[in-house]
Parts: sequence; structure tokens; C-alpha cells
Amino acid sequence: MNKFDVISTRAHRIDTPDKATGQAMFTDDLCRPGQLYGVLLQSPHPHARILSIDTSKAVNLPGVKSVITHEQAGYIKYGVSPARYDETVFAIDKVRYVGDEIAAVAAVSLDIALKALSLIKVKYELLPAVFTVEDATKKGAPQLHENSPGNLCAEVHQEFGDVAAALKTCDIIKTSTMKNKRQDGAFIEMQGCLAEFDNRGLLTLVSSTQVPHYVQRTVAMVLGMDVGKVRVKKPYVGAGFGIKAAACPMELACCILARETKKPVKMNFTREQVFMYSRARHQFTHTITTGAKKDGTLMAIKHECCLDGGAYTSFGIATVYYTGSLLGGPYKIANMSYDGKRVYNNKPACGAQRGHGAVIARALFEQQMDMIAEEIGMDPMELRIKNMMDTGDTTCNDLNMSSFGMSECIEAVRIGSNWDKKKGNMPRGKGIGMACGFFVSGAGYPIYRSDTYHGTVIIKLTEDGGTALVYTASAEIGQGSDTAFAMIAAEALGIPLDNVRLASGDTDMGVDLGAYSSRQTLMTGHAVKQAADHAKTQVLEVLAEQLLVPLEKLDIKKGFIEFAGDTPDFSALRTRYIKEHRGWIDNPDSKKLTFKEASRIAFLEKGSIVGTGKYKPHNLGGKFKGAAVGTSPAYGCSAQVAEVTVDMETGQVTIDNITDAHDCGKAINLTAVEGQMEGSVSMGIGEAMHEEVIFNDKGQVLNNDLAEYKIVTSVDMPRVKTIVVESCEPNGPYGAKEVGEGAIMPTIPAILNAVYNATGVRINELPLTPERVFFAIQDYKAKMAK
Amino acid sequence: MKKIIRLTINNQSHEIAVEPNLTLADMLRYQLALTGTKKGCDTGDCGACTVIMDGNAVNSCLVLAVQANGSVIETIEGLTTAEGLAPLQEAFVEKGAIQCGFCSPGMILSAKNLLDKNPNPSEQEIREGISGNLCRCTGYQKIFEAIESQSS
Repeated sequence: MNKFDVISTRAHRIDTPDKATGQAMFTDDLCRPGQLYGVLLQSPHPHARILSIDTSKAVNLPGVKSVITHEQAGYIKYGVSPARYDETVFAIDKVRYVGDEIAAVAAVSLDIALKALSLIKVKYELLPAVFTVEDATKKGAPQLHENSPGNLCAEVHQEFGDVAAALKTCDIIKTSTMKNKRQDGAFIEMQGCLAEFDNRGLLTLVSSTQVPHYVQRTVAMVLGMDVGKVRVKKPYVGAGFGIKAAACPMELACCILARETKKPVKMNFTREQVFMYSRARHQFTHTITTGAKKDGTLMAIKHECCLDGGAYTSFGIATVYYTGSLLGGPYKIANMSYDGKRVYNNKPACGAQRGHGAVIARALFEQQMDMIAEEIGMDPMELRIKNMMDTGDTTCNDLNMSSFGMSECIEAVRIGSNWDKKKGNMPRGKGIGMACGFFVSGAGYPIYRSDTYHGTVIIKLTEDGGTALVYTASAEIGQGSDTAFAMIAAEALGIPLDNVRLASGDTDMGVDLGAYSSRQTLMTGHAVKQAADHAKTQVLEVLAEQLLVPLEKLDIKKGFIEFAGDTPDFSALRTRYIKEHRGWIDNPDSKKLTFKEASRIAFLEKGSIVGTGKYKPHNLGGKFKGAAVGTSPAYGCSAQVAEVTVDMETGQVTIDNITDAHDCGKAINLTAVEGQMEGSVSMGIGEAMHEEVIFNDKGQVLNNDLAEYKIVTSVDMPRVKTIVVESCEPNGPYGAKEVGEGAIMPTIPAILNAVYNATGVRINELPLTPERVFFAIQDYKAKMAK
Repeated sequence: MKKIIRLTINNQSHEIAVEPNLTLADMLRYQLALTGTKKGCDTGDCGACTVIMDGNAVNSCLVLAVQANGSVIETIEGLTTAEGLAPLQEAFVEKGAIQCGFCSPGMILSAKNLLDKNPNPSEQEIREGISGNLCRCTGYQKIFEAIESQSS
């Protein structure tokens, strides 16, 4: 029986009726009287020195209100991680990729703004460009940044235990290499923003962002304004997946144009610009050596990785650390080394995308698990369970699994997929494979060094009584966080979900680090629960006083006051309430005192009842360099089974179905949890099967649209069997933790293991195009014939 | 030079002056403030701007407003009745078929058009019926369920 009244149900999301009717407003749906239209001038060259910028003709075009370059935007560097700020709003001395921003125009119409762009004359001195890690790291290669010799953006060297010594004790050692391709976020709403100053100098930026807080700080820093004079609001957002998790140059340019013109300015990326700006998943090249004893005990991992980073750091420093740190689990491994580097080149910068840094490392490592299992003749699930961490275990790099339903997930997909019957009994060309994975439930530390709370929440009870208003600066971007928080507030207050209203995504409502690293359910959820408890206590304190009942005997459930023991006579309170509502037809006549009456009485005694909540994690992680990245108060985990059909003649891979189990702690909303699992699987399938951003030799994206960049469509997507596994996470509100990113971890290796099972061939490069699979099969056949 | 067009949108007749290069999507969004029609690419790839024109689902970013002269158009705003959400919209809410919601208006209209023409579609027909509408959030599972729940 469900001991909860609101959470742990399939409550309908609070935002979806408006989304189903088209009433929900996204950034480009908003407009302001007299708004101007802004556009960006971006570099057509991958690497060039800027000799001069002549904006005179553009400025003089009728209808143009402002043309800005670095002269107006200034020279302040920004980025994601303060230690790695390497971008300016507009290029100053040179451009580093096709798309680097040079200038912006605001005009009375989009057509005029675009016409003005064509009138800006930039003189360039073309510089040699590099587009690959190999070319960028060659001796004598052109350098992108003055302070980064060899185009090395970042490098990481870590060792836990003694890998060399441990490998000497191993019976089985597997070494293999794998690479993926640069992905695009391919969210359906392109980035857009609308900036406006009021007459007292307050800047309001409405933007399609995942992180109003970080955007607010970056805008204030770059424009030289007080944070208190910058308000960032996020209306409904058409998803982000990590790409919208930092301030983008368009947002900054838009604010500067609004400052220059004293008018509202709206800007939007075109789909082509979304690809040009990128900031999505890196291309990773991993080499991993895994050593095990012949009984299957894992002994050591030696991990090397190179990230093709693009022109700027963006999230890259975090990415290169995450790539290493999230290989420490979910198995017991005492010895692990990691050598990672991220290299600059003249392509758009890569950043964070669902499963930040960890997806391809996981894809390679989980294949090696299968190789080891095959060699010792053990079932792949058994090998994983044999090595599985237990609840409470800590990885060699200090990540603590405070709850861990990994084995339960494996068991769930074993039964759910009918694994025991199918494994080893599939005909040639059909295969079954599985894999595991885990992910953080919120980054343990903010992106800038700070003791800040990661989330603050205010809950105000309406003065009439009966309704709770939740104010949070967190970011609903489609994942369902608004609903999760409304449910948590309702549960904690003891009132129905219908009596909770929620407003979010506005920096005026407090601090919230935003929607990234799968952090909000756990972190913001904690703050919501605390604020609700605080408000509830204030109401009950007034009741205790008025009714002369000890506080601990009072509770609120389903909108009614519950008394432990005898119910005292509350008729005086009811009379007081009803007297205020003469003529009303809905006055309370229930046997129980209502929350509505109680909260009204509380207001009459104390004024507005406001509950506040806050959350930051306890100190997490070890003391070594980079120990912070990968830490989290909790980790979600999952197991998946993929079944595939491979046409041995053409190399065409078809995914027949996926069985997916995920441990999300306590599921706040079961339907939303399944939605995240299914969405993760679809993005994983996209990366495994189709997705690749392709460049020509001039650094231009060739497939910069959603026709040629192929995400999963309704005809590609197999049916997914989703199984929600619930553990109780001690660090989560009501035991809840993440689902948004961990669920993508096993998808790619489960497919690759299934393809191997079907064909006998390991494919070490994504995506699994028919051509790539065909040649891999041919090579294998040729090798077998020898 | 603007041209006058006459068309029916959500059962209301309109007479509108439009530039000859204005798309139907932009006319709906920026001239009539029917912003439920979304734009995710402007090149006919994503399907977010789907509307029903003379009984067929079309990408309104690929239709010029002047081409819609004399047409009968149904947008997402036209689905809602005096009683509230249409049953198909309710099904999308109930099944959890909406996440970010940006593809939802177009997706719902494609689904409606499919069900109007084929009240009892097979799974494959559902897949094909919405294959022009990209969704990056849901993996389509709950969208299939919502549409299946509305087939007769």
C-alpha cells in the first residue's frame, strides 16, 4: 500500500494541459511592444585574424537601431568554469570556428537586420586551420589560443591503487579502443531570447535556458552590472539536454543591444545556428584495458581518452574529468588509472550532453565486461552481479553509493527480457546484449567555487487559506520538475496537488543552479520539502496554541487536520472562519477541521505564512586534484537489455526491443520517470545508430538540419519495456534520486553487445551505419577464412 | 506589396493582408498570435508547425500564406472545445506523452489527422502517421499509447 498521498503516483503533469492546447508560452511566443529584432554576424572562416570591421553602411541603413562589435561588448572573458574563461561576446583579434560571433545588429524588422548584416565589412587574414585532434596536436600546428601550447585545452592524470601491479596478477586482460561521433542536442525549440531594460536600469532577460542562475551571473559580469539589476526568466523551454546549460553569446549580445537601443530586443537561433553553436556531446576516443581473474573478479582498469573539443573550453574541463571519474563504478574495482586530454581545434566547441562525459567510456567498458564473461564462460549478468558494488560502498575515486539498486535492475531486465531463455539460443543474425550504468544525482559542487546553497525555495500560503504557492528558481525544461516539486510540496504540507500552485524559472525567486547534472529532483526537491515543512509547522503551531493541544499531536493529511488521540472542540475556530464568509455557499461542514480553515486562522494570528527551504550537499569526495567532479549526494543506476536483428548481407541493424530498468530511488511521479527512461533510450539509440555531425574541409557543418542530421523518429524507435526499480536514497527527499541521465548509460553498450551476439563482430566506431557494419562483417569473414 | 487573402481558421473566417513571401506558420504566429503552432526548423524537417489544411496535415512553414487563400485551416487552438481539452489532448496529458511540449501541438494535429482518416490505425500506421513529427524527449512510447487509446 502506498503510504504517500501525492508522490509515488501517476499524477498528471501540471504543465501539460497548457502544452496540449498550445497555450504554454515559449520564448519566441512572447513579444513586447516596440521590440527590435537582433541578428548575429558570424565568421565564415574557421580560423582568421580580424584586420578590420566596418559597420558604417550597416549603421546607416534605415531601420537599423544599433550595430555592436567588441567595441561595445567589451573584453571581459567568460565561459563555464571561471578558471577556464576563454570566450568574449564578440571576437576581438581573431575567429576560431565557422560561426564565431563578430557583431550583432538590432533593427525594426528581421529583414532589415539581416540586410544590415550583409553590409558589415570584415577584413580577414586567413590562418591555417585544424579540424582533428591529430592535426591539432602535430608539431607546428596552428595554435588557437595563446596560452594553450599544443592546442591542449586540459589534461587529467589520475591513478587510484596500483594499476600496473594489479594487471600483473590478472588472468585475463582486454584492451580495446572505441570512438563515437560529435552529436547535436537536436532539441526541437531553437535557442531564443528577449531582453529589455526598464527605466530604472533593471535588465530582464527572457531566455530558452536550463540555467537562469548561471546566465544571470554571466550577464551581470560581462555587462558590468549588479546581479540584483539582472533578472533572468525562463518561460517554457523546448528541452536542452545540456546544450542550454550555460550563457550563450546570443543572450549576451541581446542584452547589450537592449542596453544600446533602450528597446526590447528579440533574437533567435536558426536551426543552422544551433548546429553552428553546437556545445553538444564531444567526440571521444577511448582506449581501455581491463584486467580480471579467471573467476571473473575485476582487478584493474587503465583508461585513456582524448576529447575532440572544438574552439573553446565551454564545459570541457568538467567533461574531461567526468569521463574518467564515472568509470569508477558500478563495480568493485580497487585499481583505476585515467589519462585524459581535451584538444582545441577549429570546430564549434563541444559541451555537456545527457550523460555528460561518461557515455562512450561506459559503452566501451561494458563491452569489455562481455568479452571477459565470454572468455571465462560466465553469463554476462552473472559477471556483473559478481563484481557489483553494494549499497554504502565507495568507489576507488571516492564516490559513495548511498543507495544502489543495481543488482535489482539486472534481475528486473533478466526476467523482463526473458534473458535466460534467449541468451545463447538466438539464430545467427539475431542477438541479445545487456549493459549497466550509473550517473550522478546532481553535481556535488557548483560550477563556480562557492558555498552557495544549490537551491532555495519559498512557499507562501495564500492569505485566504487553502492554497500553497511554491516559488523556485529551478528550471522546468520538459523533464517534469515543476510537477515533481508541486507533488513534493503537496505531500509535505498534507494537501491535495490541486491546492498547490507553482512558479519557477525566475532568478527573482531565489537561487537554483538549474537543470543539469540530473540535480533538481534531489536538490531542489529537498528545499521544497523543507519549505513545506516550515510552512506546515507554522500553521500547526497556531492551531496548537488556539486549541491547547501539544504540537506533536497535530498533523495535516489530504487537506484535513489530524489529531493524535481525541479531536478537540474546534467549533470556535470554525465559527470564526465562517463569520468571515457570510453568504458563501462552500463553507466547511466536515467532521474534520480543514487545512483551509487552519491556514486562514494562522494568517489571522501571524500574518502571511511563508516557509523557506534550502539545500546544499554535505562535503563530498576525496582530496586529489579533480576530486569534486563526479561527486554527488546520490547515484541513479540502470540495466538494459537490447535485442537486435542484423542483416548479414547488408549490415543493416534493427533494434527489435529494449528492456530497461532504472533505480531512481523513490519515484515521485512514475509516469515521468518512465518518460525520462524512454527518452534516454531514444537518445542513446540515436547516437548508436544514426547521429553524426559532419564537417567539410572548411570547418562547415554539412548536415546542419534535422533532415540530414538523423535523430530517432517514430518509425525507428523500438518498443521499450520500462521497469522502475525503487530504492530508498537516504540523501534524497522521500528517498528520491535521478533518472534523467543515468538511463542513457547502458543503451549503447547493450546494443553493441547484442550486435556482437548476432554477428560475432565487435564494432569500435559509432554510429552503426549499414556500411560500417557491413565492412566489419566482411573483415571478420576474411579473418575467419584465413 | 501585400495581398489580401481569405481563409477559415478554426471555424472563423479571416481576411488578412500578407506579404507574398510570408509563410503560413509566420502568419499564424506573428499576425494572428496563434502561437500554439511552433517553429523548430523553418525547413519542413521537424513537424512542430503542423496544421491541418483542407483535411491534410501540412508543415505550415512550407506553405505560403497566399497559398492558403480559400483554405480551411485547423490549428491546435481549434481543438479545444467549450468543455475543455479534446479527448486526444486529454489522452496526451493522461499518458504522459508530453514532456517539453514543443512538438506536442504538431504531434497532436498529425495524430488527429491520422485518426480522422483512419479511426483504428495499426501500430505501424500510427508510427507512419506521426513520422514527420520529431520528438527528442519522449522516445515516442507514451505518444503511441496516447494515440492507441483514442483509436476506436
